[in-house]
Amino acid sequence: MGEGKKDLISINDLTKSDIYYFIETAKEFKKISLKDIKKVPTLRGKTVVNLFYEPSTRTRSSFEIAQKRLSADSLNISIPQSSVTKGESLKDTILNLESMKPDAFVIRHHESGAPYFISKITKASTINAGDGINEHPTQCLLDIMTIMEEKKDIASLKVAIIGDIYHSRVARSDIYGLSKLGAEIYLYGPYSLLPQFQYSQNVKIASSMEEAVKNADVIIMLRIQKERASYYFIPSIEEYRNFFKLTQNLLSLASKDVMVLHPGPVNRDVEIAGSIINENKTHILKQVENGVAVRMACLYILLGVQKN
Amino acid sequence: MQKIIIKNGIVVDPITKTEIKRDIYIENGVMKDFSCKKTIEDVETLDVNGLVVLPGLIDMHVHLREPGFEYKENIKSGMEAAIAGGFTSICCMPNTNPPNDSKSVNSFLLNRAKSINLINLFTVGAISKDLNGSSLSNIGELKESGAVAISDDGNPVDDSSLMARALLYAKTFDLPVISHSEDIKLRGKGVMNEGVVSQRLGVVGIPAIAEEIAVARDVALAKYYDARLHIAHVSTKGSVNIIRQAKKEGVSLTCETCPHYFTLSEDSLLNYNTNAKMNPPLRTKEDVIAVKEALLDGTIDVIASDHAPHTEDEKDTTLNDAPFGIIGLQTSLPLTLKLYNEKKLTLTDVARLMSLNPAKILNLGNRGAIKNGFAGDITIVDINKKWTFTKDKIKSLSKNSPFINMDFVGLPLYVIVNANLINAN
Repeated sequence: MGEGKKDLISINDLTKSDIYYFIETAKEFKKISLKDIKKVPTLRGKTVVNLFYEPSTRTRSSFEIAQKRLSADSLNISIPQSSVTKGESLKDTILNLESMKPDAFVIRHHESGAPYFISKITKASTINAGDGINEHPTQCLLDIMTIMEEKKDIASLKVAIIGDIYHSRVARSDIYGLSKLGAEIYLYGPYSLLPQFQYSQNVKIASSMEEAVKNADVIIMLRIQKERASYYFIPSIEEYRNFFKLTQNLLSLASKDVMVLHPGPVNRDVEIAGSIINENKTHILKQVENGVAVRMACLYILLGVQKN
Repeated sequence: MQKIIIKNGIVVDPITKTEIKRDIYIENGVMKDFSCKKTIEDVETLDVNGLVVLPGLIDMHVHLREPGFEYKENIKSGMEAAIAGGFTSICCMPNTNPPNDSKSVNSFLLNRAKSINLINLFTVGAISKDLNGSSLSNIGELKESGAVAISDDGNPVDDSSLMARALLYAKTFDLPVISHSEDIKLRGKGVMNEGVVSQRLGVVGIPAIAEEIAVARDVALAKYYDARLHIAHVSTKGSVNIIRQAKKEGVSLTCETCPHYFTLSEDSLLNYNTNAKMNPPLRTKEDVIAVKEALLDGTIDVIASDHAPHTEDEKDTTLNDAPFGIIGLQTSLPLTLKLYNEKKLTLTDVARLMSLNPAKILNLGNRGAIKNGFAGDITIVDINKKWTFTKDKIKSLSKNSPFINMDFVGLPLYVIVNANLINAN
């Protein structure tokens, strides 16, 4: 990990070895969560501001738990109760909070680029907890960690990412991160929800659900947002279910050790058959567990504790 | 009729580009090679000496009015008109009531066609729900239930964003989008081509650019999204030029025109003839020439009728009041043969424009050519037969044609489809 890196805005800011360093660190921190006393003093005296402009269950609680287990002091700004509703600009909000000397901002924002903007105006570390349709780098790291727990090497894996690729910050971070590690990625969904331009050589558009999942080692299903139907991207949720849902039959085409991931929240029987989840054929809860460890690692690395 | 040999016909095949006197053999509705077989038992023989054998003609743009407007036309009467016009397959547009925007309507149409059991019916589903231009219909479901394309024909898609998503979404299912390209605000209340004739008649005109602006938009969308687009009923020189240029640039684009656009001009409306009112409207003589040229140089891929029945009562009114549209199933081939008789098109061209290309564009399986293994769909034509298109010959429930009492040379005599030999005329 390059010294002096204070922010995690995009997975593209990390080199391959950075990514492995985050994962190795996360593995160590995972052990803390398994102990009886789940707390270490590592970040004692550090203040982290969680600034969530969008609703979030997993990411927000995961970051908060990570901070608590590392003994950091957390401050949760709930946007509906903040001055933002009184018309305060993002810049003023950050500058005012900055005056209280926090060590890190964890930011979830509906606009792509908001974390980048914040990182430029604060000395505190800025961690992107999901920005618009852009990126969700900690989700990518926890996905990689989850995959690496079962697959030795990402490099030779066939990874299918299926669903609303266009609006998915998870898909984008996963595409960047997993392709950097050498995975062969197949994207599938209706063309209206696929990227218009090629990402890189090892990212391909599959021509059918079958092609996408056939012999796949990892399948990452994405949530379809119901409002996409009202903006022309898809005709209806019923039709989406009929043509783009991961069914048991499709799953049987994948490699026999296939891992099924989903960043949540899941629309059961829209993008994925509920029975696949009920029969414990997914790694969804593993992802959530690893999310805490990855976020502990991020805070630890970015807050530069080693240097102290 | 499980086995039939058609003897001594001049067989026109648009794939091999041949017009040769030879026999063809159809077994159980499929063309078979029989050169090696010495004798075939229980075979029917049809001697068509002196007649022309074309691959079964396909009209990819008709309005059958069922469900909802059965007083104008229904699937059966439409098929009977199609047979008299030499067609073995027709594709019906979705602007019925209810429109064909769902599996249930689509299945209704196909089941109805099956029970009538005359010729092949292929269906075009709607781009937007209820043809309202504001949200996509369940396009995957339409394809799964048998639709071969999607179109909001008659209701041009005004919203470019919807058109963009329609092209992209349909691409997922490998369905072509057929565009009725027209700027509806620019059309406004127009009733015929805007030009000297509309000015003379004192009626509101539809400028050629109302079509051309929309063609340019749709071509740009197809190019940008690399999606399959088919432009319906091209009628102006400007549209032809845009399409020719786009094809040169490699856009995956096809288009059709209708016989009236290469036959008649706006002059046909000089006596306020409502049977010459259609949309797009008959254009200038210069446009007629440009459309013909585009047929010859391959810019236009298909001749389709845009068969649009309206009753005599509906048409028996002022130009403003009358609905747009003319019937065309029975005059499409004869009008095209006029170009053959003028030595502008060859019979191979006719087979390409009216059979092979529609089959290719719409993915109609093994159709559109005379080839072993292809569907045994055949149209047999007496290309020298002189006849007059009188009103009593019209099979359609509606009689709205500007070609009534026109003299023709060339008439289809038989069609063979689904292992049935049917008298056409």
